[in-house]
Amino acid sequence: MSHPAQPLAESLVQSVDWLAIAPPTAAAVVGLGVLVADLFVPDAKKAVLGWCAVAGLAVSALLLLPLLDGDRSTFCQTGDPRLCSYTADRFTLVIQFLVLGGALLAALLSVTALKDGRRRLPEGEFWFLLLSSAAGAALLPASRDLATLVVALEVASLPAFALVGIRHGDRRSSEAALKFFLSSVTATAVSLLGISFVYASTGTLYLTQIADRIQHVDGQLHTLAQTGVVLTLVGFAFKTAAVPFHFWVPDTYVGAPLPVAAYLSVVGKAVGFTGLILVTVVAFPSYSDAWGPALAALAALTMTVGNVGALRQQATRAYSAVRLLAWSSVGQAGYLLVPIAAAGYSADARKSIGSTVAYALMYAAVNLGAFAVAALVGRTRALNRVSDYRGLYASNPVTALLLAFFLLCLAGLPPGVIGLFAKVTVFSAAVDAGLGWLAVVMAVNVVIALFYYLQWTALLFRAPEGEPARHRVPAPLTAAIALTGTLGIALSGAPQLVLRFAGTGLF
Amino acid sequence: MIDINASVMQVLLAFVVVGPLLGAVAALLPAPPGLKGKSPEQAVLRHGVTVTGAILAATIVLALGFDHDHPSKMQATTDISWIPALDVRIHLGIDGISLPLLVLTALLTFLCALYSYFKMPAGPSPKAFVALLLLLESGTLATFAVLDLLLFFLAFEMVLIPMYFLIARWGGEGRTQAAWKFILFTLLGSVVMLLGLLLIGIKAGTFDMMALATDNGRSLTTSVQVIAVLAVGLGLAVKTPMWPLHSWLPDAHTAAPTVGSVLLAGVLLKMGTYGFVRILLPIAPDGFRTFAPYLAAFAVVGIIYGSLACLALARQGAKGDLKRLIAYSSVGHMGFVLLGIATMTPTGVNGALFANIAHGLITGLLFFLVGALKDRTGTTDLDSLSLLSPGHRPSTSGSAAPNQLQTGAALYGKAPRLGGLLAFAAVASLGLPGLAGFWGEMLALFGAFRPAAGLSRPAFLTFMAIAAFGTLLTAAYLLIVVRRVCMGPVPQQAPKLADVHTYEFAAWTPLVALTVVAGLWPRALLGLTDPAVQQLLAGGTR
Repeated sequence: MSHPAQPLAESLVQSVDWLAIAPPTAAAVVGLGVLVADLFVPDAKKAVLGWCAVAGLAVSALLLLPLLDGDRSTFCQTGDPRLCSYTADRFTLVIQFLVLGGALLAALLSVTALKDGRRRLPEGEFWFLLLSSAAGAALLPASRDLATLVVALEVASLPAFALVGIRHGDRRSSEAALKFFLSSVTATAVSLLGISFVYASTGTLYLTQIADRIQHVDGQLHTLAQTGVVLTLVGFAFKTAAVPFHFWVPDTYVGAPLPVAAYLSVVGKAVGFTGLILVTVVAFPSYSDAWGPALAALAALTMTVGNVGALRQQATRAYSAVRLLAWSSVGQAGYLLVPIAAAGYSADARKSIGSTVAYALMYAAVNLGAFAVAALVGRTRALNRVSDYRGLYASNPVTALLLAFFLLCLAGLPPGVIGLFAKVTVFSAAVDAGLGWLAVVMAVNVVIALFYYLQWTALLFRAPEGEPARHRVPAPLTAAIALTGTLGIALSGAPQLVLRFAGTGLF
Repeated sequence: MIDINASVMQVLLAFVVVGPLLGAVAALLPAPPGLKGKSPEQAVLRHGVTVTGAILAATIVLALGFDHDHPSKMQATTDISWIPALDVRIHLGIDGISLPLLVLTALLTFLCALYSYFKMPAGPSPKAFVALLLLLESGTLATFAVLDLLLFFLAFEMVLIPMYFLIARWGGEGRTQAAWKFILFTLLGSVVMLLGLLLIGIKAGTFDMMALATDNGRSLTTSVQVIAVLAVGLGLAVKTPMWPLHSWLPDAHTAAPTVGSVLLAGVLLKMGTYGFVRILLPIAPDGFRTFAPYLAAFAVVGIIYGSLACLALARQGAKGDLKRLIAYSSVGHMGFVLLGIATMTPTGVNGALFANIAHGLITGLLFFLVGALKDRTGTTDLDSLSLLSPGHRPSTSGSAAPNQLQTGAALYGKAPRLGGLLAFAAVASLGLPGLAGFWGEMLALFGAFRPAAGLSRPAFLTFMAIAAFGTLLTAAYLLIVVRRVCMGPVPQQAPKLADVHTYEFAAWTPLVALTVVAGLWPRALLGLTDPAVQQLLAGGTR
């Protein structure tokens, strides 16, 4: 993106702020390290790799701490230091924390899954793929030009396809991966086409510059720019699993190893809505009258289809627990879209997206918690049906109480106080923007969602059929459940911890 | 009455709200050594009695320390910032409107805990039962004590999960369906209510009820008020319940265990009417005025509908369930409360608040009595009850049956004290002067006679006339119930029904005594509510 008038050498030498890019870089480096180390570690000691990966993710999350003191930018254009490809502002840091934390929890679940899998899953590759995907996802919120954005999106997605299909010789796994891959690649292609249109009409890839220039597009190129905006959004809508790009979700979640499904449900979604936020609010704010209504309709459709899909799951069907979580995650994606849609209607667009971030943080904690418990139950009940959770309280009271808490948080009912207030912020973003109809649609959806969440919750406390199978809880799973549980309970006591992102400008 | 330090009052009120919550958590933990009791079950039930007893004691101290010369002033207030992002403050306080409800809630919950200690409803472990009961208590007490709209919503929602499980786990026939109906109806209502509350908060710039009440709707345009009242009112009307949104109530009451019914009728329904008085009347008066005639009309239809449904259930051969009948009678009684509120006059609102308390006491007692009857006879079906006497069985002979159907269950003869109490509760419920049920309904009717300025007087006069006719119907069905359950000849070889046990006396006496006291000395209650209501209607709390 250099100006031809400038000397080539000077424009290429951009200063790099290594501290700013440390979090995604650390994840990527550790990933490579694990892949190489896999060659030299004997089979008996493969577990070490997992713990290395977990430690790597923890370190890269900790590397966010030194960045808290202020905004940093790097990879800036030498000619114009305001144009940067990588920015570590508050928004970036919050999403990076969400992504790396989510990946860390998914990694904890994977440690057990890999150990139980007994060599059916190739360990070195698994950890490499997980870490690279996490690195891509962590890069995405920081990217401030469309090229970096797409690269980050692909770095986050490509390993995910492989992760979904990683179970050798498992037909379901391969089929899921193929489904996921084909639909994802189509969406990426569409959004690349859109980006090229946008580039053609504005002549830049930097988001802030696009925002300036797209308002003064030549009359002839107006249609091109508009088409570009819409097509770009499609790719990101796919990642959030918004309807009608949601159909890959249930099969993919069921086919993938459970920790990968957990990873996709949180990090995959985070990738999607971050991209969407960057594109809509930062790059195309002047087109808010186009993407605002489109996203509002998308949100309404997504939450309705997702919740109705979850409602239709039969408790006794194989893998119904994972399927239900998959459909419910589609519904939750609808709630996540509401504040982004509201941003299109409000005067200060950047303010309302804080509600999405706050909701996403809550969702990440409790959804991963629910998946952790599902992973635990799945160890003894391989079919992981909802009906397998009957009487969990009798055998594992604490786990059952926590799962009930997670589900009620997702439903948004006390005692899941944080879930309730996260929904309140989303509602208030909608009401504030004058999107009354969307708020009412969401209200109806909350009631639909309550039905299946509560049905599952009630099942936990029923008298068990036959002898209750006591689930032995391995240490990594304990850690994951305890971590998410503590987070959820702490946030319920002090919702301000995440809600402070709602209602303040994050950029 | 007695002088208590302001900060002590503050701590007491905070304890009243948080105490049951901590108690609920403690109930799930194993009993500490020294408190193990005879068995784990007994220990946890005793824990429930202790905690609710302590809460009751605290509310009584609060009531004593309350400055009765200034009941319109918010007292024992706490105001701490909780979630600045949403502008949610932990703002607690009591005035003459909330204090009686707070005491009623604490009393009824304590009596329920006491009753369950001796007579645990059939179902899974008492541990969860006690925890849920305490969670429920915390939610209801918080509803009456908080002064922040979002906190009110939180408290309002907090009761759903415990009540759902109380019905679905410890309930009778059809409990699963009933529990679902209860929670889905109420949740749908309360989510819509949330939208209304958010609208008020966003447009007025604050969620603080006191600030909003002082503002008296001046910072809200009429159209915002209308939408807000519609949304909030819908949520509250489902809870109250207002006809035609009442259909969850009969099922829930019929299926719920005795203590569940008592709390549902005695406390949970009051949350709806309290919301009308505390939120809608002062915060959105213009919007409320628009809907007041409709509210009154629905209320009156509810009165008539409830009474007719009860009459139909009380008919012979209708297989009417006594619990269901009392539930429908609640729809009628809450109709009077809503009518009183809809008049927007001090008289009417005072009447509504009085009827609220009276209904809590009397219907609570009625549900206790019917529960006791069910424990003894195994049924609450009016027809089977009257046929219970041996020699009156339909199987004996076909020809004699029609004649014997005329007779009642002869509770007077078989268990005189129980029969006497049931008759007492029934006449109290029909509004006999001198008992608690009378004043509230009479004041509500008075209010309708001269509604607030801006409301159509002819319409309200019509409502008043219809509601007055409703009292006649109420009297009719309650007297039929008394005749069919209490009267009738006692056959020689009839098995003796156990008369009132000591623990039942302990649980019921306070309710009987308060019904009489409130009936003979209404000033005790009206003196508290009236100044607060006057101020609320005139523009805010001080």
